[in-house]
Amino acid sequence: MAKKLLEMRHITKTFPGVKALDDVNLEVEEGEIHALVGENGAGKSTLMNVLSGIYPHGSYSGDIVYNGQICKFQNIRDSEKLGIVIIHQELALVPLLTIGENMFLGNERGVKGRINWAETFGRADELLKMVGLKESSHTLVKDIGVGKQQLVEIAKALGKNVRLLILDEPTASLNDTEAKHLLDLLREFKKKGMTSILISHKLNEVSYVADKITVIRDGSVIQTLDKKNDAFTEDTIISAMVGRSLTDRFPKRVPHIGEVCFEVKDWCVDHPVFEGIKVCDHVNFNLRRGEVIGISGLMGAGRTELAMSIFGHSYGSDISGHIYLNGREVRFPTVKTAIRHGIAYVTEDRKGNGLILSESICRNTSSARPEKISHHNIINFDRERQVAKEYVKEMRTKCATIDENVVNLSGGNMQKVLLGKWLFAEPDILILDEPTRGIDVGAKYEIYCIINKMVEQGKSVIFISSEMPEILGMSDRVYVMNAGRMIAEIPGRDATQEKIMSCIINSDKGIQTADAES
Amino acid sequence: MSSSTSYSIKRILKNNTMFIALIIVMLLFQVLIVATDNGSLFAPSNITNIINQNAYVVILATGMLLCILTGGNIDLSVGSIVAFVGAVAGTLIVNLHWNIYIAIAMCLIVGILIGAWHGVWIAFVHIPPFIVTLAGMLLWRGAALIVLNGLTISPMPDKYLTLFSSYVPSISYDMIDQDPEKAASLTFAVTMIVAIVCCVVFVVAQLLQRNTKRRKGYETSAAGLFIARLMVFCFVILAVASLLGKDKGIPVILLIVAVIVAVYSYYTQNTVPGRYLYALGGNAKAAQLSGVNTDHVMFFAYTNMGFLSAVAALVCVARFNSAAPTAGTNYEMDAIGSCFIGGASAYGGTGTVGGAVIGAIFMGVLNNGMSILGVDSNWQKAVKGLVLLLAVLFDVMSKKRKASK
Repeated sequence: MAKKLLEMRHITKTFPGVKALDDVNLEVEEGEIHALVGENGAGKSTLMNVLSGIYPHGSYSGDIVYNGQICKFQNIRDSEKLGIVIIHQELALVPLLTIGENMFLGNERGVKGRINWAETFGRADELLKMVGLKESSHTLVKDIGVGKQQLVEIAKALGKNVRLLILDEPTASLNDTEAKHLLDLLREFKKKGMTSILISHKLNEVSYVADKITVIRDGSVIQTLDKKNDAFTEDTIISAMVGRSLTDRFPKRVPHIGEVCFEVKDWCVDHPVFEGIKVCDHVNFNLRRGEVIGISGLMGAGRTELAMSIFGHSYGSDISGHIYLNGREVRFPTVKTAIRHGIAYVTEDRKGNGLILSESICRNTSSARPEKISHHNIINFDRERQVAKEYVKEMRTKCATIDENVVNLSGGNMQKVLLGKWLFAEPDILILDEPTRGIDVGAKYEIYCIINKMVEQGKSVIFISSEMPEILGMSDRVYVMNAGRMIAEIPGRDATQEKIMSCIINSDKGIQTADAES
Repeated sequence: MSSSTSYSIKRILKNNTMFIALIIVMLLFQVLIVATDNGSLFAPSNITNIINQNAYVVILATGMLLCILTGGNIDLSVGSIVAFVGAVAGTLIVNLHWNIYIAIAMCLIVGILIGAWHGVWIAFVHIPPFIVTLAGMLLWRGAALIVLNGLTISPMPDKYLTLFSSYVPSISYDMIDQDPEKAASLTFAVTMIVAIVCCVVFVVAQLLQRNTKRRKGYETSAAGLFIARLMVFCFVILAVASLLGKDKGIPVILLIVAVIVAVYSYYTQNTVPGRYLYALGGNAKAAQLSGVNTDHVMFFAYTNMGFLSAVAALVCVARFNSAAPTAGTNYEMDAIGSCFIGGASAYGGTGTVGGAVIGAIFMGVLNNGMSILGVDSNWQKAVKGLVLLLAVLFDVMSKKRKASK
């Protein structure tokens, strides 16, 4: 029997008005990978914040027993001293500092305030080798991708002599290859005796890597599954998470597909900064009335860039190509013209690009189409409030009032406000870019239902997602994009995960040989 | 019922912290001034004085607020524009004998052009506003010195002065000489009538609006709250009017300021372009992806600042009865301070014209009160600096508490 490294006993944490954690018990054995799963707002992150001292001792009730001792962490430094390191979902690296500087930020090598740079970068390079990152520690963090940044965070944790590594949604912004590498790395460290706690929404990853899975729902532990005794199927985990079995993760709809209403031909976009680099290369696709097309592909395939460049040239330079709307050629030089022609783009980055966090649900809802609630530019507040209420009701957004600031909402509810904002703009063609990223299973289902409702009304949806099951579950037709090119079009009923992946892999080979020749 | 009432009272207090702080500061000064036997803060002539002294701050703070809303951007060139436009006004009217109205129009155009000059660099070339307006601060101060050749033009013609520094009703000096009592009572009567008309118009407009809301089935605020708001508004108007009436009547400058504040308040709160200012400051990328042309919004904010600086310049020339190359020194700091005291966010996206006005009055009362008390002017500066910090601290703390609750 392995030794218990961590035991959290009867942890209860209340925020004013809400019980975030209710008598939670968690046991983690030395050298295991323990996954925490649960819907958004279930209390996973709160629990980890309690553990790492972000919520200091005294602000919660219950005991943390680490390595056989009761710990009373006052801040994150106390827990780090004992080797508990947390890596948050939002990476905390300084873009304009080098990898080496970042890794020892707040933990500098040297004596008496004088930094020993040789030691810093030397040690950094060693640690980078351990995580398998082939970058010099002198590289600036802004010059490496998110996947590599995640590895830098892990290397940084190793530099603190970590014994218990906590990862909060480490793969949320990674593509499949990068995610796989990261998970394999965790298994590698496990062999060396490191313990990890992994918070994730991606159940396939959890079942791939975890030894035990603890399911948290509404601030309580529902169940802990052990690899030795229980089967880690997605269905068992999901049913524990949502408290009901989701036999059907994707709501059914009867397709009523009409004629082609939107067509893009020979769409080329250059990178906005690096001249001559094609982000979209002669892309062609079409969309029929009442149809959902999925655009699948890995991160960096150019899907977001394609969508944004179509939507009022919001991305890229040197854009060329043709757009046909109901058979007539149109041009969208600005976002406003795109909106007027009935196009809406729901961004993948709801906090950064989608919503104005400091403003109310009400004001966000009307922000894409203010002319609908105003007359000669004078806003009719009553109309605005009425509209906002309607959409909150339709989307089933959980909020106290429509005057609540968006920043206070959970991810899923933010996404609903963002969707409501764009539905209010009354688009005929809705481009959804990763609409379910980082939101829980229940909210995902509701968003799928909203998509179905829209196409039933004769609108068309372009659905961009990195999660293949949902592309397959929702699309009438699937386009596959890779390295800026549309490489395949597959009818929905024929599409499988394997087919899409093999398209991507084959096209990659094609590109590699082309590079070798040139 | 009672719990919901107390909750809403708490909320009203929180939403109007600076207004309440202003009242407290006024009462504090009043106590100190009376205790030290220096007269009264609320003496009719002092109220007139406060209005005349601070009109330009309110005008500039209104413009500055729009800039700050776009993302915490400030305009450092304001004081220099005031000097330069003042210099243009002085030259055109006194030296070149232009028609006053044409000269005023010319000055406003010059202000708009200067603002547009800044706006082009900031909005379309994307040079940081701080740098552009810092350059403007040096440039227009230099231009003012060049135009005036380092000298001061004075006095301004009476016709010009009466445009900005007269009172409603305008009572001739003859009448004051012949029958001072009658002149005083006439002034008081007219002032009060104007105030009462204002109150009636406001109350009727509010009642009508409430009625239409009811009829169309929209929600309305609680009746008690509604009446309380009307009463506070009318009380403030009537109280100020009764004080002004006992002095010289309503300063024309107050009317000018009131129009500017009303127009810009309406613009920022009730119109779509006004809403864009908040959207840009709240999240520029989201605003762009919602179809807002953020460059145009930015350009407008700075062009408008140039225009309002020109208005302030005309007011200042009238008040000092001269056009001096050193005019307007540090006015930008008064305007910026007023906005922040009035609750604008240094990151943009939040703040109101009303708040900036309260901030300006706050600073004005502070200056005035300390002057009456005979506080040394060096100390006055130090105190103002601390008060600015305290006011913002107070605001930050109350917001923090609100967030945690």
